[in-house]
Amino acid sequence: MIDDAVLSLRDAAVSVGGRLLWSGVDLSVRPGEFVAVLGPNGVGKSTMIKVLLGTLPAAAGSVTVLGERPGAAGEQIGYLPQRRNFDGSLRIRGVDVVRLGLDGDRWGVPLPFSRRLSSARRIADERVHEVIDLVGASAYAHRPIGECSGGEQQRLLIAQALVRRPRLLLLDEPLDSLDLPNQAGIAALIHRICVQEQVAVVMVAHDVNPILSYLNRVVYIVSGGAASGPASEVITTETLTRLYGTPVEVLRAADGRLVVVGGPEAPALHSDRHADHHTHQHGDRHEALR
Amino acid sequence: MNPGFTWNIITDVQWMWSLPSMVNAFRAGLAVAVLAGVIGWFMVLRRQSFAGHSIAVTGFPGAAAAVYLGLSATIGYFGFCIGSALVIALLARGSGTGVGERAHSSALIAVVQAFALALGAVFLDLYGGFLSSTSTFLFGNFLGITDEDVLTLVAVAVVVLLAMAVIGRRLLFVSVDPAVAAARGVPVRALSVLYLVLLGAAVAEVSKFTGSLLVFALLVMPAATAQVITARPGLSLLYTVVIGVLVTWFGLAWAYFGNQATGFTITSLAFACYVLAYAVKSVRRTFRQGRPGRLGVA
Repeated sequence: MIDDAVLSLRDAAVSVGGRLLWSGVDLSVRPGEFVAVLGPNGVGKSTMIKVLLGTLPAAAGSVTVLGERPGAAGEQIGYLPQRRNFDGSLRIRGVDVVRLGLDGDRWGVPLPFSRRLSSARRIADERVHEVIDLVGASAYAHRPIGECSGGEQQRLLIAQALVRRPRLLLLDEPLDSLDLPNQAGIAALIHRICVQEQVAVVMVAHDVNPILSYLNRVVYIVSGGAASGPASEVITTETLTRLYGTPVEVLRAADGRLVVVGGPEAPALHSDRHADHHTHQHGDRHEALR
Repeated sequence: MNPGFTWNIITDVQWMWSLPSMVNAFRAGLAVAVLAGVIGWFMVLRRQSFAGHSIAVTGFPGAAAAVYLGLSATIGYFGFCIGSALVIALLARGSGTGVGERAHSSALIAVVQAFALALGAVFLDLYGGFLSSTSTFLFGNFLGITDEDVLTLVAVAVVVLLAMAVIGRRLLFVSVDPAVAAARGVPVRALSVLYLVLLGAAVAEVSKFTGSLLVFALLVMPAATAQVITARPGLSLLYTVVIGVLVTWFGLAWAYFGNQATGFTITSLAFACYVLAYAVKSVRRTFRQGRPGRLGVA
């Protein structure tokens, strides 16, 4: 099982500033699988991505990414950081941002007019257009990225993360700050990439519902513990009650959405963080799993 | 000596270029405009105009101190501009992406700027009474650019442009997308510090031409104009340099025939370019809104 795994964590733990954030995480992801990292805010979901990128060391356990220690296989990892939108006045086209994902870490500058002479340059151009096509962003890729909507920017950024044909895609809350139709659209796109390109996806999410039907497995982290497995086994009243150590109930709405009730998370914590866009837009899913 | 503008362009230009100091001014102007265009383009993209302005202001006490100590003003410009760039780069923490970090570094830059202006006043005072070149330091002068000055300006421009050619693509990545660049192993912090030092050198060069207060004429305006015209990085950089050179050369001619400070003439022309580009864009946008279905491909 380890042999063909894109990444594997065994009893992994992370501490930041001497404080243990999470521990006991076991996870193995194979090509084409879609895995979500869930848990309450402030528990350190994003640090999981940092550990996989190799920018933060694991405090315990073993972590293997693409058969090597984290950070050694950077070329084959696509990374989409958690972010705010691009500044509306930024005068750079979406296609340029995607292009930077391909060769932005190289020294030097592209020579003018080399497109006609260099076949490497032509191949690079073709790859950029191919990946923009893949995410369905061709209509607006040539507009300044600051003028694109949040959903359009997110598609372009996914193209940027994919442009080097990575074997592993690490996404940090890519649905954050998107409206509901865009959340559904991006979730379907990520699933399609998983299946079509056989990329393994690890996605940090605070709401599992938009991606629930696509997930192969979830990792649910709370302070002090973690559980991983199929969503139907992890997001249950029993498992979460055991994890949190207090009574928690998981309800399934008629449309299949999961709602966690009675979690110990202080409501002020997440409404503070997402107050500006989320509580208003998504009032209907106020108690959806976060 | 200056016969005035006669509308016979060819003889006018011949007359203007018969003066060695004017020829030097055009040569120096070319080097300064190209350098300022390239550095300024990144400054506008990185939203570091305030830092650039503050570095320029520190050039004023630098030049005053150098003259007070009997040195060349050029040394003062370079010493103080690069020095203050280093101070800003090293004291401003982080990559400057967070709101808090940005607020911190802009306050810090303001402190450096205020202190620099005060220092300039002190050096002028020490010099004793009125320093005739004060207005030159602040608003620029194109006369009295020696062969040696030209050589210094060209040499610095070549070195800075070579450095930019090496780091260009990585700097663009870091400026547009610092988080992903860092994950790809691009040294964000080192590049930011290096860029600020290059900016310091470029500012010192431009200061020599337009004075400390009007460096933006060549650092910001051509780049801002070009970024209004197009969002293609390569093309926009090319426009920046072309606009910068044209504005500088026409500004020099105007300053010569009109007996104006170069700071004023170059700034006015650059400002006119920006207003024109902005007006054209606004008009085109209005037209486009009237015709739905056509997306602007900038």
